[in-house]
Amino acid sequence: MKRLQTTLLAAALLGTSAASMAEDAALKVGLMLPATGTYAQLGTAIENGFKLYVDQAGGKLGGRGVEYVKLDDESDPAKATDNINKLIKSDKVDVVVGTVHSGVAAAMAKVAKQTGTLLVVPNAGSAMITGPMCAPNIFRSSFSNRQPGFAMGKVAAEKGYKKVATITWKYGAGEESVGGFKEAFEADGGEVVKELYVPFPNVEFQALLTEIAALKPDAVYSFFAGAGAVKFVKDYKAAGLMDSIPLLGAGFLTDGTLKAQGGDGEGLLTTLHYADELDNETDKAFRKAYSEAFDTVPDVYAVQGFDAAQILDIGLQAAGGDVSKTADIAAAVEATEIDSPRGKFTLSRAHNPIQDIYLREAKGEENVVIGVAVEKLDDPAKGCRL
Amino acid sequence: MDFSIFLIQLLNALQYGLLLYLVAMGLTLIFGIMGIINLAHGSFYMIGAYMAYALAPLAGGNFFITLVFGLVLAVILGYLLEWAFFSFLYEREHLQQVLMTYGLILVFEEIRSLLVGDDVHGVPIPALLSGSIPLGDVMTYPVYRLFVSGVCLLLALGLYFVFTRTRLGMMIRAGSVNREMVQSLGIDIQFLYRVVFAAGVALAVLAGMIAAPISSVYPGMGNQILIICFVVVVIGGIGSIRGAFFAALLIGLVDTFGKVWLPEASGVLVYVLMALILLWKPSGLFKAGG
Repeated sequence: MKRLQTTLLAAALLGTSAASMAEDAALKVGLMLPATGTYAQLGTAIENGFKLYVDQAGGKLGGRGVEYVKLDDESDPAKATDNINKLIKSDKVDVVVGTVHSGVAAAMAKVAKQTGTLLVVPNAGSAMITGPMCAPNIFRSSFSNRQPGFAMGKVAAEKGYKKVATITWKYGAGEESVGGFKEAFEADGGEVVKELYVPFPNVEFQALLTEIAALKPDAVYSFFAGAGAVKFVKDYKAAGLMDSIPLLGAGFLTDGTLKAQGGDGEGLLTTLHYADELDNETDKAFRKAYSEAFDTVPDVYAVQGFDAAQILDIGLQAAGGDVSKTADIAAAVEATEIDSPRGKFTLSRAHNPIQDIYLREAKGEENVVIGVAVEKLDDPAKGCRL
Repeated sequence: MDFSIFLIQLLNALQYGLLLYLVAMGLTLIFGIMGIINLAHGSFYMIGAYMAYALAPLAGGNFFITLVFGLVLAVILGYLLEWAFFSFLYEREHLQQVLMTYGLILVFEEIRSLLVGDDVHGVPIPALLSGSIPLGDVMTYPVYRLFVSGVCLLLALGLYFVFTRTRLGMMIRAGSVNREMVQSLGIDIQFLYRVVFAAGVALAVLAGMIAAPISSVYPGMGNQILIICFVVVVIGGIGSIRGAFFAALLIGLVDTFGKVWLPEASGVLVYVLMALILLWKPSGLFKAGG
């Protein structure tokens, strides 16, 4: 193992010195995103957002032209280590951007930490990435799972709810989200009366909905995404609970799912770091440019891709385009306020966004902002030693 | 848990069990009776769900016309698949059956991705069945779920009748025991099996179409249901229609009450149940053919 690490280190050093010699050469960006499977669309949105920023910056990041190397991560944690090693060793990329799935991203962070390769995570919200795995060369342009949950905990307490039940999948993201909710809600005097869990990715909710009906809490906090979110909202409505027990959720409950929910999601309150109809010029310009370039409306994933490119640009400009100057890159990124479509944000010492979390209401197919749930919310970055 | 909640949970269990049976019925025909390990069964279910979504505009949004369209297409698809692929598999080893049907999963997923994309879609519940019945003081039960249970019960009875009381059923059962002997008695076993296979596909597609309004439609949905279907068929006794029925209900009960009483273990309870039943009765609850 030790020997392997030394070899990796040597390889990394060789790689980086070669890169610094060729500063005028194109910056090789490895896009390790899902191109197939359930998350394919998220991967496309992230890639589009990233490329939009690069195009707007004249096709350059940190003063260097950009060359892309694409790799489909298939959202498969088992292949993650091999895949990122392939990008770093045989494709010799200078920077890696990825990914959506937390398990894959964790494996990528591990390799990036060992090799010192610049990594920007444009979605995966796992606490690990900006916690125990944090490193000067690892950045996240999205969120931590705890953030939307924490913000909703505050909102629930403000609304005067006393007893709330939570429901999610039994896996990392769900537990971290519920953990964030519980922390904020109970600190403000509420009580989580029951934490309900469904095995991931099971979507048979009827038994637990009956439990909720029997408990009669003041409200329910939920974390579901994608197909699970569609089915959960439809089932919740069909069980007649929507009118008697308000449903709250992390933003993924209604992001990209409202159309499939066929109106059952109307009026749902959710919290997220992005929303429709934000009142800022950066967002308006971003939406216009994105719609013109890709013929579709941008979503939160596109914003995260856009900001991933922006973070790289800021860091590399300070380092004169040299990816090996990790300390300079980190210092510049940490010192800069990033002008994102979501609003301005900064990165913490652990490189997770410190950002406003919005309270949104589902109207038609949009999640319209109705206020800021928590301003400049940080993440505790447990286990990070930076 | 008070008694009324217990009753509602019992209803949930029954309803989930029947839905499982609806999907597993086709697998009982293809895997249980024809003896082919068909991993693509989940794909047929997925195809059904996507048909309910994609064919709806052609049928003017009428759910029942969509059902008929879908069923006709499913029978044609099943017939062609048997002719092109599955008819070569009867005499082959299990490994080759697994390889080919696994390959079909990949092909179907890719075709789905090309034709309909990777979005999650919802299918509206037909207006006629969109009501709900109040249960207790805060809960209601959707009529559509009861309709699904009803359809499943009818199909179960129909299938059981065909298999145990008709000449056709007798020929199919005989064919599953000894193909050559049935052939030599002057029955066109090749055609017969093509029809049975088409029926198996049609049942899976029907299950997908009927389940679509409550399960929503999404990539990979077939693979999720596939494993539990195999569990149903294996617990019930491979090839037993009655066995699969009781196995599905049993799984419905264990899954539902497991989620309520043992939430920590609910993900594995069904498999523990399978292990226990196989220890007790290695060939499943019922004998083949019954």
